[in-house]
Amino acid sequence: MKKMPSRTLLAALLLTASAATQAQALRVGLAEDPDVLDPTLARTFVGRLVFAALCDKLVDVDEKLTIVPQLALSWAWSTDNKALTMKLRPGVKFHDGEPLDAAAVKFNLERHKTLPGSNRRGELAPLASVDVVDPLTVRLNLSAPFSPLLATLADRAGMMVSPKAAQAAGDKFGSKPVCSGPFKFVERVAQDRMVFERFDGYWNKAAVHFDKITYTPIPDATVRLANLKSGQLDFIERVASSDIEKLKSDKKLKTASITEIGYQGITINIAKSDRAKQNPLGRDARVREAFELSLDRQGLAQVVMDNEAQVGNQWVAPSNTFYAKNMPVPKRDVARARALLKEAGVPNPSFTLVTPTTSDAQRLALVVQAMTRDAGFDVKIQAAEFATSLNMADKGDFEAYVLAWSGRADPDGNTFSFHACKQPLNYSGYCSAETDALLNQARTLRDVAERRKVYEQVAAQVLKERPVIYLYHRNWLWAYNAKLSGVQQIPDGLLRVTGLKLAP
Amino acid sequence: MFEFLLKRLAQIVPTLIFVSMLIFGLQQLLPGDPAKILAGEEQDPTVIAYLRTKLHLDEPLPVRYAYWVGGVLQGDLGESVRTQQPVLELVLQKLPVTLQLATMAMTIALVIGIPAGIASAVGRGTVWDTVANVFALWGISTPNFWLGILLILLFSVQLGWLPASGYVSPFDDLGANLASMIMPAFVLGNAIAGVLMRHTRSAMLQVLSSDYVRTARAKGLREPAVVLKHALRNALTPVITLGALELGTLLSGAVLTEQVFTIPGFGKLIVDSVFNRDYAVVQGVVLVTATAYITLNLLADLAYFLANPRLRA
Amino acid sequence: MSAVLPLPPTAALAQAGPWRRAWRRLRRRRVAMVGLALVLGFVLLALFAPWIAPHDPIATSWGAIRKAPTATHWFGTDEIGRDVLSRVIWGTQASLLAGAVSVSISLLLGVPIGLAAGFIGGTVDGLISRITDAFLACPFLILAIAMAAFLGPSLSNAMIAIGVSATPIFVRLTRAQVLNVKVEDYVEAARAVGNPPWRIALRHVLPNVTAPLIVQATLAIAAAVIAEASLSFLGLGQQPPAPSWGSMLNTAKNYIDNAPWMAIWPGLSIFLLVLGFNLLGDGLRDALDPRAR
Repeated sequence: MKKMPSRTLLAALLLTASAATQAQALRVGLAEDPDVLDPTLARTFVGRLVFAALCDKLVDVDEKLTIVPQLALSWAWSTDNKALTMKLRPGVKFHDGEPLDAAAVKFNLERHKTLPGSNRRGELAPLASVDVVDPLTVRLNLSAPFSPLLATLADRAGMMVSPKAAQAAGDKFGSKPVCSGPFKFVERVAQDRMVFERFDGYWNKAAVHFDKITYTPIPDATVRLANLKSGQLDFIERVASSDIEKLKSDKKLKTASITEIGYQGITINIAKSDRAKQNPLGRDARVREAFELSLDRQGLAQVVMDNEAQVGNQWVAPSNTFYAKNMPVPKRDVARARALLKEAGVPNPSFTLVTPTTSDAQRLALVVQAMTRDAGFDVKIQAAEFATSLNMADKGDFEAYVLAWSGRADPDGNTFSFHACKQPLNYSGYCSAETDALLNQARTLRDVAERRKVYEQVAAQVLKERPVIYLYHRNWLWAYNAKLSGVQQIPDGLLRVTGLKLAP
Repeated sequence: MFEFLLKRLAQIVPTLIFVSMLIFGLQQLLPGDPAKILAGEEQDPTVIAYLRTKLHLDEPLPVRYAYWVGGVLQGDLGESVRTQQPVLELVLQKLPVTLQLATMAMTIALVIGIPAGIASAVGRGTVWDTVANVFALWGISTPNFWLGILLILLFSVQLGWLPASGYVSPFDDLGANLASMIMPAFVLGNAIAGVLMRHTRSAMLQVLSSDYVRTARAKGLREPAVVLKHALRNALTPVITLGALELGTLLSGAVLTEQVFTIPGFGKLIVDSVFNRDYAVVQGVVLVTATAYITLNLLADLAYFLANPRLRA
Repeated sequence: MSAVLPLPPTAALAQAGPWRRAWRRLRRRRVAMVGLALVLGFVLLALFAPWIAPHDPIATSWGAIRKAPTATHWFGTDEIGRDVLSRVIWGTQASLLAGAVSVSISLLLGVPIGLAAGFIGGTVDGLISRITDAFLACPFLILAIAMAAFLGPSLSNAMIAIGVSATPIFVRLTRAQVLNVKVEDYVEAARAVGNPPWRIALRHVLPNVTAPLIVQATLAIAAAVIAEASLSFLGLGQQPPAPSWGSMLNTAKNYIDNAPWMAIWPGLSIFLLVLGFNLLGDGLRDALDPRAR
């Protein structure tokens, strides 16, 4: 009789203990304050980090950038590659209880295309119409074959919001988003924090081990790290490369480093405006070749990023499937650079390199300035605030510009907007009918090997002209509490919250 | 007095109009296209065109000014183009934070500045003068963002006593709130302490050489009593009124301090909005703070006027 | 021929000139002398930088990145291998320039406007005063940031931005002094004799308002140096590779854990220079205080 009470006591203690471990919160530190939390209107990288907890997408990508199911369980292309039929996961609900069915998917895709101010319109341009085949099957009809579609649906264009909530809120949806991800929106205090709590109706709730997630923007990397070290945060993104070395020996913390799908490069004005003609770098491809040859990419990666970067010379990293092996990374050759400049008749070309005011970019510009001086280049550095530099780039009011791109899972996302004629992000002014034809062809092919062959031809053409000098691909650097397990390192730099567990 | 009040109130209106024109001009004339910034990485031309129309960016400057002022007079300060949150809501959200920071900073400044000023005035020419001066002035001799970073490294990372950044509402947890505010308040307060020390010192010097103090000394009162009971009371009036005007300096200092400590107050909001070309936010916040400052000025003038019978005559 | 009026009474009475006596008073205040010594020390450093600095401040060196202080590099090296000591010495020029040029702009703009406002009075005064109030109602740093963003990031633009933002203070100060002096007897006398207003302003009023202006200017230089550092913190001040303490601090804050020397020396330099100006300014205020005459 005496044993009974103690057993119940033990059971009670165990229950409270497990309940206590269940009431866990994950505190994430971001490098910036995200913009509006509406997948249709959103436009920042850091917003995508938050969406990873808030909104599920039709498909996702894994570490190898392969498309994996999320809201869609399976998909099949039609024989003419102009229609993609997707079968949805049954029993999925939005945060407000509404069912996620084919009608909801149709609503969302149409919203992405038609909402005024939508930033997804360009990505979904080839999508002509959406058919509801049955409550769990949708068919996306394209105006022309478009193989990057699945990769696009693995990003914001594939995020589904509750039609009921979207219709009720109109364009104010972003202030109280209703999605179908593992966590639902609780509150947001601008520049202070975003709080999300566990969604009990989530289809994969067994993999969710937190009750609450808070995202706090802390722009200063030193302060962000200080917060992690002092235990106020559990996870931070974009650790400064100079801090990583010391963190590796800290027993209380773990680090993660994965090469991005984007790149860091220098865009050169070769035909965007008259300024291209007035400048030897923009006028003569030989001068550009000399410029590239006078750079030591490995040295750049070392000095600027403390070796936390993979050197490259294309829009995708050498480790990427679509890297054109026929155009390997050139080695530094100052003698040849000088010879080329002499041949071009400009032994000491001078130009202005515009750089954003971030410390990484400025460091890069300084090192480039010093390296190219050996070949005779006189690089002047001009810092421009982000807002001003966008204007300048658009008007072609620059000679060379330090520009990075966050990257897209499909190689088309890293090339088309930049190298096809008159595209919005084509700041260099490069325009070639052949390249356009090749880029369009690569979009229509589905077989990876075939596409790679086409991109090899694109590389041969574009890299010869050098509208962009690709330098390296930075590593996404994360640091987190050593007790946190289940961190998936995916090249898109976003933290997936399912599977994360914080040991007590 | 009524006349005085009316006259001053009449001056406020044109001042506020100039403030609105100044801040509007400073924002809208900044280079860079807010529509392009809002259009994000993709830079979709359709989106840019849509945003330009929505934000009236293609209309001439005076027309845009009229739109804005019209809205303000109806209580609508516009909305943040970045997060679509109404500016008024943003202001009300962040006002308590900045107010708390300002109050704590002012308190620290008074606690440091006034005793330092007294010590410097009373011990004029001696080593106490130098000590008091350096003690109060070191705060304005260091960039506050720099001091902030040093404090974070010492108290948060090395010692672990205080949180490195972030803000907790006093209603949620008063202890955590004070812990998160004490360092930024200290940094800000130090900057003002120097100014308060100067004011206290000059006021004390003036009072210490005045007739009634000489009388007090002649009566045989000991020095501490003279200083504290007679001199200080009279010296404090100009100090307090002048100190209240330091609100402007506080806000200036808050700009970077909040950035470093990630305190979600006005300062951080303004800086981020300038760089994001979020015009409405900057214009709205500056208008609100300028109005507050001007009102405070008026109250200070009134207090001075009331306290000084000679002016009233 | 215009009458030559006697100098203002205070100057005429003294045996030595008022400036000489002010200097003597200044010398007696130890605090002010410390400030003066600091300021002069930095000025010398700035003037003789090319001869004092051991290395080229912009010479990079890949092998010597973020090295701790050694015999070759007394203050260590920075994130791309440059010698911190040389950069600190050369940076004195930028910081002193930032202070001096900004305040000169403020004086050149503020004093004439203030004179005009105080002297002319009436609607002109009202207009100028309201505009000055408007400027002063906006936080100084916000004005400076907006102006620097408008002009573009560079040291000269930062100086212009700071200078223009600080102008209202000098307008107000000059105007207040003019109003005080306007009612003095010698000014009335000058007017009675028939001197044109601009002559009265320049010959009689201005010399008597210089004292508080000097004090304010000294203190403003201190504030301007800090303002330049703040603008650099936001990326709007001196641009690379030219050294300035503010931009050095801005870069160094990222490496404070593994290379603290990058921040200590520029931070200390700013502190000493600004403290020097502050102490000197306070001392000048005492020395030039008319009540002490």
